[in-house]
Amino acid sequence: MSKIGVFVCQCGNNIAGTVDTAKVADEAKNLPGVVHTENCRFLCSSPGQQLVKEIIKTNGLDKVVIAACSPHMHEKTFRKASEEAGLNPFQCEIANIREHCSWVHEDKTKVIGTEKSLDITRMTVERVRRNGPLDKIRVPVTKKALVIGGGVAGIQAALDIAEAGHEVILVEKEPSIGGQMAKLSETFPTMDCSQCILTPKMVEAAHHPKIRLYTYSEVESVEGYIGNFTVKIRKKAKSVIEELCTECGECTAKCPFTAPNEFDSEMGKRKLIYIPFPQAVPAIPIIDRDHCPKYVKDKKKCGVCAKVCGPNCIDFDQEDTFVTEKVGAVLVATGYEVMGVERFPEFGGGRYKDVITGLDFERLASASGPTGGDIKRPSDGKVPNRVVFIECSGSRDESKGVAYCSNICCMYTAKHAMLYKHKVHEGQSFIFYMDIRCGGKRYEEFHRRAVEHEGAVYLRGRVSRVYERNGRLLVQGADTLSGSQVELEADLVVLATAVVPRIGAKDLAKRLGISYDGYGFYNEYHPKLRPVETATAGIYLAGACIGPVDIPTSVAQGSAAASKVLALFSNEELSREPVVAEVNTATCNACWDCETACPYHAIQREAVKDRAGNVLRYVAKVNEGVCVGCGVCVAACHSKTIDLRGYTDAQIYAAICAL
Amino acid sequence: MTSIPYYPGCTLNTVAKPFDLSARRSLKLLGIELAELAQWNCCGASFPLTPNNIIGLTGPTNVLIQSQKAGGTVSTLCSFCYNTLRRTNQVIKEDEGRRTVINDFLGTSYEGDVEVVHLLEVLRDRLGFSELKKRVTRNLKKLKVGAYYGCTLLRPKSAAIDGGETTRIFEEFLEAIGCEAIEFPNRGECCGSHLAMSNEEVVVRLSGAVVASAQAFGAELVTTTCPLCFYNLERSQKAQGSDTLLATRSEAVSDPLHGDWLSRPRQCLSPSGRGQTPRADAGKGVSPPMREEGDQTPGATLPVLYFTQLLGLALGLPEEELGLGENLIDPRPVLRAKGIVREQLVASS
Amino acid sequence: MMKISLDTISEQNAFLDQVERESGEDLSRCYQCGNCSGSCPVSFAMEIPVSQVIRFVQLGQERMALQANSMWLCVSCLQCQARCPKCLDPSKVMEALRRMSLRQGKGPVALAQVPDGFLERSPQQAVVAGFRKLIP
Repeated sequence: MSKIGVFVCQCGNNIAGTVDTAKVADEAKNLPGVVHTENCRFLCSSPGQQLVKEIIKTNGLDKVVIAACSPHMHEKTFRKASEEAGLNPFQCEIANIREHCSWVHEDKTKVIGTEKSLDITRMTVERVRRNGPLDKIRVPVTKKALVIGGGVAGIQAALDIAEAGHEVILVEKEPSIGGQMAKLSETFPTMDCSQCILTPKMVEAAHHPKIRLYTYSEVESVEGYIGNFTVKIRKKAKSVIEELCTECGECTAKCPFTAPNEFDSEMGKRKLIYIPFPQAVPAIPIIDRDHCPKYVKDKKKCGVCAKVCGPNCIDFDQEDTFVTEKVGAVLVATGYEVMGVERFPEFGGGRYKDVITGLDFERLASASGPTGGDIKRPSDGKVPNRVVFIECSGSRDESKGVAYCSNICCMYTAKHAMLYKHKVHEGQSFIFYMDIRCGGKRYEEFHRRAVEHEGAVYLRGRVSRVYERNGRLLVQGADTLSGSQVELEADLVVLATAVVPRIGAKDLAKRLGISYDGYGFYNEYHPKLRPVETATAGIYLAGACIGPVDIPTSVAQGSAAASKVLALFSNEELSREPVVAEVNTATCNACWDCETACPYHAIQREAVKDRAGNVLRYVAKVNEGVCVGCGVCVAACHSKTIDLRGYTDAQIYAAICAL
Repeated sequence: MTSIPYYPGCTLNTVAKPFDLSARRSLKLLGIELAELAQWNCCGASFPLTPNNIIGLTGPTNVLIQSQKAGGTVSTLCSFCYNTLRRTNQVIKEDEGRRTVINDFLGTSYEGDVEVVHLLEVLRDRLGFSELKKRVTRNLKKLKVGAYYGCTLLRPKSAAIDGGETTRIFEEFLEAIGCEAIEFPNRGECCGSHLAMSNEEVVVRLSGAVVASAQAFGAELVTTTCPLCFYNLERSQKAQGSDTLLATRSEAVSDPLHGDWLSRPRQCLSPSGRGQTPRADAGKGVSPPMREEGDQTPGATLPVLYFTQLLGLALGLPEEELGLGENLIDPRPVLRAKGIVREQLVASS
Repeated sequence: MMKISLDTISEQNAFLDQVERESGEDLSRCYQCGNCSGSCPVSFAMEIPVSQVIRFVQLGQERMALQANSMWLCVSCLQCQARCPKCLDPSKVMEALRRMSLRQGKGPVALAQVPDGFLERSPQQAVVAGFRKLIP
């Protein structure tokens, strides 16, 4: 016979306001197995916990029911207290009489609340009577990390983990690491050259003995669980044998064909065997199979690159290859992209060549860009005398499906206005804005510098349309500060288009089993308190895949996520809650409905062998490292073979019967 | 008997004679002689705000130069004079360019080293408010007096008494002479200033708000250091009544100010006061008091006194010497009701 | 609502430059918080508030800036100057606009319009200040 103690908490007036806790405690005494009850004002306080411990000891209790707030709040607290008093922690259960009862009832006579509290307590007592002791599950940790995305956040995370002495696999889908930051000209608010500060980190990551770099590669699948992931990576065919390439660049120099360079927003050209930009890391070229005549026309044609390649590393027949890696943690830093101009027909996006995005402007201003850093407009290469910048293009625009602020545009547009002034002294910039949001350190000062010292004219209002008149672009908008409609001519229009998730962000999330918001940005476990963790243990986030962030924040998040990985790696093995499914191998008839139903791929097939080692049959087995205890398999199992520890059918049935 | 150089300024020499006389007589009782500068001219009243208006600075500079000759300090009573002289002095001291031009023009070599002080500062810093308290001979019976600073004693900060905004010099003065100082929210709000000449509506409204604020906080009297504030506070109350001096010039009120603005659409104007100008009834004789929602409406008229008139009262000077009878709003009924002056005042001392 | 064109930037800048030179204030520093309009005791009577006058100057809209009655109602009480978070002095801008307007022969009050008897009974400082600010 159990010796159960029931502790009823008043939670100040939170529970006692609508529940007669004394009565609940009193009547609980009559429940089978209950030997002691208490009515306490604040059970979660130190004296309250002390009381629980003392009563467990003095009365020799073997099971405890805490009738209080949600188990989300204090289950851990009271299980720990019970453990300290010598009980198995899983012999302590919470009866939620606050969120499930007192808070939702307004009856101040306390009749309803008291009755319902008693019901809840009675159910919990019945359940706890059937609790068996459970032990925490222990799993080993593979001390190797996978970082997906080689932008600044991913590079920072990879370097931090590698510096701590752990191996890192860094996967980048482009031919070079560097991400969006490699495209930027200067960076706010210090105006240092983006590539100058990034390329040393790129090189360091590439040459770090603990970092293995897979460029032009993508993560195909991720299986397993915290500490024990198995990752399959597709290495797309570069048509160049990486191991042999000396990065001499001869092939690129001799390639007779060109195509628009995606890295330069297609404003410039590149060869068909190319590296995306001069500082690319690695500087191993790839062949553009969509354009190279070897692939699109007659295979015999051209082949100049192969002829000039000294180490003979051109392999036209190379195929995609796959590698499998075992890692203990996955860090996702897949970054962002910006809305394209074609989403803005009202601004002539896609119709007028001189309507470009902010990222395009970065390439125009970059020394490594298509114009060598001269501001020349795409249509005719002329230097624009007047540039109109339109902030919040697509951001804070629900008609475009984006309600959020893209966070970085105020600052980079101020930077663009400055860069433009530095390069075109006689030029005049106009900036339409809705609000100026410069919350970072030295950001407001930077914005004011653009206005006060660099002559940028800010107009507070949105632009309604950009149209053509007599061969010039006309911008029509408003300045609400003066209460005027404003019209002005522009040689170049730069749209600060919304920061949006990468195409494919949702697909990757599904492969990883992590959640994302309505836009496709990845969800943090908690937006404030656990900002770089996902709800899936062992998978971490950094950078703009979470939401629009600037470089300092990306780097900080990279380091933050790395520190989470390192904390994980500081354990030899992990322990986790034992509330997982359990298979009775004697009754399993191997229908595999559980395997189909499990959303976490936690059901495995286990061979039943005779003494000689012959396989007799297969039965289901739960991978305790992966199982989250959701119970879907329990419901799916026809033969009642699977049960959930801590929530067995017998316990649930008894609880229901008690009602 | 000590002596301090004194710059009365134009207004005190003419329409604000009671201000000047009450000051001289009171200070004499306190053993301080206000020694009028041997030579002086108008300070210009409004400080020339634009930096290239140098000619506007020559007048006040000349006053400062005369003060230097008289001993390096100059005391003023009028807030306008105080403000203009202080700010001019500051320009001369800090702006080498303008200093050179002005000195070249005047044929002088003034460096801006004169100290410009207000009579309130003289009383506090030379005599001391505690000493002043001892010299009081007539009980002012905790008369509730609103200390109205106006703009020019408080702004700009760089030229203000005690740095402006938070000063209590006026209140402390009132407490020293036996009054209860009423510190009211509008003590530093504008009275309408020189718009008395061109826009009665604005003056009535602004001064009205000052009077209402003082009354709402319990003031039985309001006192000022500025003849223009004095004028506006008094006259605006009369204008609220009806037969007034202000009302006679209402024809000058609005039209000339508005010009071709009339032809402009008004949707940019707020639905409150701004949108209603020019008023349809402007220029048709008596202008009604401007009242709008939220306006503080003064009740009975509130007498206005120069602070030196109060000082003289406290020191026992007879009311004739203080010119109380010359005020547009006679303060004597309030003083009699309090028992501060008798029905038939007999000169004391 | 008026429509303004910002296509003649050189002339517009010339007007802005002139106001800045005249007032000694760097108007690019103004970020249009509106505190001057909020603190101005005469805002209620102005056709456009102080901050908007400055806005028109920033955009080089001479006609709009000079047309309103606002500058003539400014009495230089300096509430705006005391409150400006950017340490600007809008009263100087108002004075500059008044002077520019007066030089163009546009003044709000002719001597003949000053009411009878005012000059005799009013404080001299009102007359002096008023004449300085309002009369061409």
